[in-house]
Amino acid sequence: MSRPFIQSRPEIETEASETVLNMGPQHPSTHGVLRVVLKLDGEIVTDLDCDMGYLHRGAEKIFENRLYPMIPPYFDRLDYIAAVSNGLLYVETVEKAMNLEIPPRAQYLRVILTELNRLSSHLLWLATHALDIGAFTVFLWSFREREEILKIFEDFFGARLTCHAFRIGGMSYDAYPEFKSAVMALMDIFPKRLEEYETMLNENRIWLSRTVGVGIISGADAIDLGLTGPPLRASGVDFDVRKAHPYECYADLKFDIPLGDSGDTFDRYLVRMEEMRQSRRIIIQALEKLPDGPVMAKVAKVIKPPAGEIYHSVESPKGELGLFLVSDGTTKPVRLRMRPACFVNLQSLKKMAVGSLVADVVAIIGSLDIVLGEIDR
Amino acid sequence: MLICTALSLLPKETSGEYGPIAGYVPVVLLLLIAIAFPVAALAAGRLVRRKVETPEKQIPYECGVDPISDSKDRFSVRYYMIAMLFLVFDVETIFLFPWAVIYDKLGVFGLVEILIFLGILVVGYYYAWRKGALNWV
Amino acid sequence: MPLLLFSQPFMDSPLIPLIIEWSLKIFFIFGGLMTALAYLTWFERRVLAYIQMRLGPNRVGPAGLLQPLADGIKFIFKEDIVPLDADKFLYTLAPIMSLVPALTCYVLLPFGDKFVMPGLNREIPLHITHVNVGVLAIFALTGMGVYGIVLAGYASNNKYSLMGGLRSSAQMVSYELAMVMSIIGVLLQAGSLDLVEICKHQAGWFGMQWHLFTYPPTGIIGFFIFLIAMVAETNRVPFDLPEAETELVAGFHTEYSSMKFAMFFIAEYANMVTASAMATILFLGGWMGPFVDQFPLLGPVYFTAKVGFFLFLYVWLRGTLPRYRYDQLMNLGWKFLLPLSLVNLVLTATIALFFM
Repeated sequence: MSRPFIQSRPEIETEASETVLNMGPQHPSTHGVLRVVLKLDGEIVTDLDCDMGYLHRGAEKIFENRLYPMIPPYFDRLDYIAAVSNGLLYVETVEKAMNLEIPPRAQYLRVILTELNRLSSHLLWLATHALDIGAFTVFLWSFREREEILKIFEDFFGARLTCHAFRIGGMSYDAYPEFKSAVMALMDIFPKRLEEYETMLNENRIWLSRTVGVGIISGADAIDLGLTGPPLRASGVDFDVRKAHPYECYADLKFDIPLGDSGDTFDRYLVRMEEMRQSRRIIIQALEKLPDGPVMAKVAKVIKPPAGEIYHSVESPKGELGLFLVSDGTTKPVRLRMRPACFVNLQSLKKMAVGSLVADVVAIIGSLDIVLGEIDR
Repeated sequence: MLICTALSLLPKETSGEYGPIAGYVPVVLLLLIAIAFPVAALAAGRLVRRKVETPEKQIPYECGVDPISDSKDRFSVRYYMIAMLFLVFDVETIFLFPWAVIYDKLGVFGLVEILIFLGILVVGYYYAWRKGALNWV
Repeated sequence: MPLLLFSQPFMDSPLIPLIIEWSLKIFFIFGGLMTALAYLTWFERRVLAYIQMRLGPNRVGPAGLLQPLADGIKFIFKEDIVPLDADKFLYTLAPIMSLVPALTCYVLLPFGDKFVMPGLNREIPLHITHVNVGVLAIFALTGMGVYGIVLAGYASNNKYSLMGGLRSSAQMVSYELAMVMSIIGVLLQAGSLDLVEICKHQAGWFGMQWHLFTYPPTGIIGFFIFLIAMVAETNRVPFDLPEAETELVAGFHTEYSSMKFAMFFIAEYANMVTASAMATILFLGGWMGPFVDQFPLLGPVYFTAKVGFFLFLYVWLRGTLPRYRYDQLMNLGWKFLLPLSLVNLVLTATIALFFM
C-alpha cells in the first residue's frame, strides 16, 4: 500500500539504533503548539529540533498598519497568560518615546496589576509543570487562587485573560471601589496556599527525583544563550529588569530577587515559588502606599512619538520582555520588534535536554514556562 | 456438552469434595463467558454505530502532523535485555514455589539448599549489575 | 447429546446440583463484577474529585450514579477507528487478549467460607471453585494481560503506542519478579498454593492472624513489596508509564477508540480488583476477621471491605503522587525491590526454621 503521507525529514538523520519521535504540535505537554522532533536511542534523547510557527499571526507586521492606540489589544494576545505585562511593555515603550510622566497612582495600580498577573502566570506554570510530571492534584489546586485573581481581573478589566486597562499616559479608569480589599483578602490566604503546594511537592521523593539534577544549565551557558527570567536566576545569575533598570514605581518598593545555584529543574521551581512570595510582598507594599490622584496624564489626542528608535524592556513572568520601537513621527510605527522572553528561553532546551530521557524533556519544557503565543507572535 | 461428558467421567464424590481437575471446569466456563463478552460487545457496537472513514482520520496519530517514519522500526536492545533477565529470574522463582510449600517438611536441609540455590542466583545478579545490564541510562 | 443431561445416571449423580451451583455462582459473580467494575470508575472519579476540590460526575442520575451506564452507551456508539497500516487482526485481538484473562481470574478468588443455605440444607462454599495451585493460576492469568498491551502497541502502527507497549512489557515483567518473590514467604507459612487454604491458615487470633503480622518483620516487608509491585503491575500512578499521557499522549491505547478502548479500561480496573483481592488473601487474611466462625456470611463483608481499602488506596495514590521516570522505575524494581525480596525470603525461611 502506498503511503503518501509519510514524509522523510532530512534534518534528522538517524543511526541504526535510533528512532525519531515527534512531540507536538498537538501534544499534551508541549504547552500549546510547539513541535519538538526527538531523536531517541531507546528512551535517551540524542538530538532534538524545535519547530515552531504554528501560532504565527504576523503580529509585528500588523503593528505597522495600526495607529498607536489600536495596538494594545494585539499585545494581550501575544503572551496570553501574562497579558498585563505585555500591555505594560507596549504603553511604557510609547510613553518613553514620548517622554510622558505618568501619575503616581497609575504607576502603583500598574505595578499591583502586573504583579497579580505574575502570580496568576506562575500559578498556571506550577499547575502545568506539576501536571507534566504527573501530579494531577496540584494542577487543579493551583486553579483555585488563579480563579480568585482572574475574578479580580474580571472586575477590574472586564476580561479574564486578555485583560487591558493601560493607556498611553496612564490608566483608562481608576480601580473599582472594593479593589483594595479584594486584593488584600487574597494576599492573606495566599501564603497558606503556597505552603499546601510545597507540602505536596517539596518533600515528595518522586517529585525530587524527577526534578533535581534534571536539565542543568550553568550560569555562563545561560548568559551565552540569552536566558532571562526565572531560568536565568535559577542558574545563579542575579538579573531582574525590575532591579537592573527600574520602571514604574519598582524603585520605591522593597523586594528580593530569589536565586538558585545549580540551575536544574528543581531550582527553577524553587525560584518561581519564591518569586510568588516576593510578588505578594510587592503587592501589599504597593497597596499600602497607593496614593490618591488622577490616573491619566495629559496626552495629545493624536499620538505621534517623535522620530527615532527606542528600546524598552520589562520583567514579565517569563523573563525580560523587550520592545524595539522605530518611529518616523507619524501616527503608525515603522517597526515594532519584540524581544520575546519565551522564544529566547526555549533555545536552551537543546542544551538542557540532550542526553536525558523523554520524560525529562517534558519536565524541562514545563520548567521553562513557555507560551507559544509569544514565541510565534 | 463436552464439559458435561468430561464431568461424568470424573470421580463422583460428594458435593464440594470434587476431584482435582473438576475445579477447573468453572474456570473454563468463565473463560468462555469472558470471551463471549468482548465479542458480543464488539458485535453490538458494529451494529449500532456508523462508520465514516476518511483518509485523514485513519492516519496514525502523531500529534497532528503527518507521521515522519514508520513505527515498525528497530527499537532499543535494552528491552530485550530486560526480557532475558526476566526469563532467568522467573524460572528461578518457579523453583521456589514447590520449595516453599513443603518447607516445613524439609527443615534445615531446605534452608541450606535454598541458600546455595539463591547464592548462585545472587552471583548471576551481581554479575548482571556489574555489567550494567540493570542500568537503563 | 443434550439427552445425556437427562439420562438417568446423570440425573442421579451429585454433579447436577454442582453444575447448577456453579452456573448460578458464575452468573452472580460475573454480573456483580461487571457492575462493580463500572461503579469503580464512578468511585474513582468521585473520590479523585474530592481530593482535587471539585465535584466529579454528578449530573447523570442521583449523585452521578448512572454515569457508568451513560459511559457504556457512549462507548458502544463511538466510531471505531482502525489506523491505516495497522495489523487489523492483532489490533482487534489485543483488547480481547487484555480483557479475557483479567475477567477469568475472578473464578479463582475465594471470598468466604462455606455456609448452609437455609431451606436447601446444602453447604455452599463461598467461592466458585478452588484449585490446588490457585496462586500460580492467578499469576499465570494476570501475566497473560501483558500480551494484550504489547500487541496493542505493536499493531497500532503508532510510535507512542509502540513505546507504551514496550515500556509496559518491561515494567510488568520486572515487577512480577519482586511480586512473586514477596509472596514466597506467605506460601512458606501456609504450606499451600491453594488460595482457600492460605486464607484458612490465617484464621487464628480471632481471625486476625494475618500474614501481615506473623513472622515480624518479614510479613510487613513482604506486604509492602507486594503493594508496590501490584501498583506497578496494574500500570497505575505513580507507575503509569505505559500510558503516561504527558509523554506518550496515551501510550499503548493512543489509537484505540470506542468499545476496544473500553475493554482496555475494564481490563485495567479488573486487574486492580484482582491485585487488591490477592493482597487481601495473601496478607490481610482474606475473609478472616473477628466472629467470622460464628457468622460465615461476615466473610464476604470483611473481604469486600479489605478489597475496598486497597481500591481506595489506588485512588489516593493517584491523587497524591507524580509519575516516576522510566529509569527510576526500573531501578526501583531491579535494584531495590528484587534484592529486598530475596533477603526477605531468606529471613522468612530462617525465622520459620529457628523461631517458630
